[in-house]
Amino acid sequence: MTSASSLGLKAWLIQRLTAVYMALFIVFSMGKFLLLPPQDYQQWIAWVAHPGVNAALALFILSLLLHTWVGLRDVIMDYVKPVAVRAGLFSALIIVLSGCGLWSLRLLLQVAG
Amino acid sequence: MINRPIFLNLTKIHFPVAAVVSILHRFSGVLLSVLSPVVVYLFGLSIKDEQSYSIALNLVTSMPGKLIVVFLVWILAHHFLAGVRFLLIDVDLGLSKTKAAYSAWLVHIGAAVMAAIALGLML
Repeated sequence: MTSASSLGLKAWLIQRLTAVYMALFIVFSMGKFLLLPPQDYQQWIAWVAHPGVNAALALFILSLLLHTWVGLRDVIMDYVKPVAVRAGLFSALIIVLSGCGLWSLRLLLQVAG
Repeated sequence: MINRPIFLNLTKIHFPVAAVVSILHRFSGVLLSVLSPVVVYLFGLSIKDEQSYSIALNLVTSMPGKLIVVFLVWILAHHFLAGVRFLLIDVDLGLSKTKAAYSAWLVHIGAAVMAAIALGLML
């Protein structure tokens, strides 16, 4: 296998592993919000600060970043052909995604205290 | 290079339901990517302090907020269900033409049902 094709396979695998994790987390949190919805600020904070939930949320954010990267990368590769424009869009995407990731992880750490 | 003339009669091109699911999966994915920073912003407000928490809650439970949440549930449900369908097809489940068309309809209907439930819960 050439390195280029193994990179493509890696992206394909990342897309699916992150999808499965996020699907499980979404079902878990939907159950929580439908059965035991937080009634006020204190309960909401307590839920987000719970070490298990906080760590699961952090993993969710990392998964979402990777999933978004592979997905939008595929969209760009399908519709944008000029190499320079493509490279520019890839760089912009990496910057925006990293920024969003750091922002969300900082918010999570604030709650975890 | 194709040199022969191509005549595309757009009124005669029929999209199979599975192709529509595929296109909408891409479309909903891009839309969710664009909207996710708004969710992070609201999350940030909700955890800041009591006052910001009420502001975030009021934003989400205002009439436009509720409609946006229902729309978000709809596209997320569609992306989710279509994604599960693709994962099942990856492991060779529902690969036949009839089954693939059937599950594609299930994705459309399931997403609409979830949006309807969200609408019922929000209103």
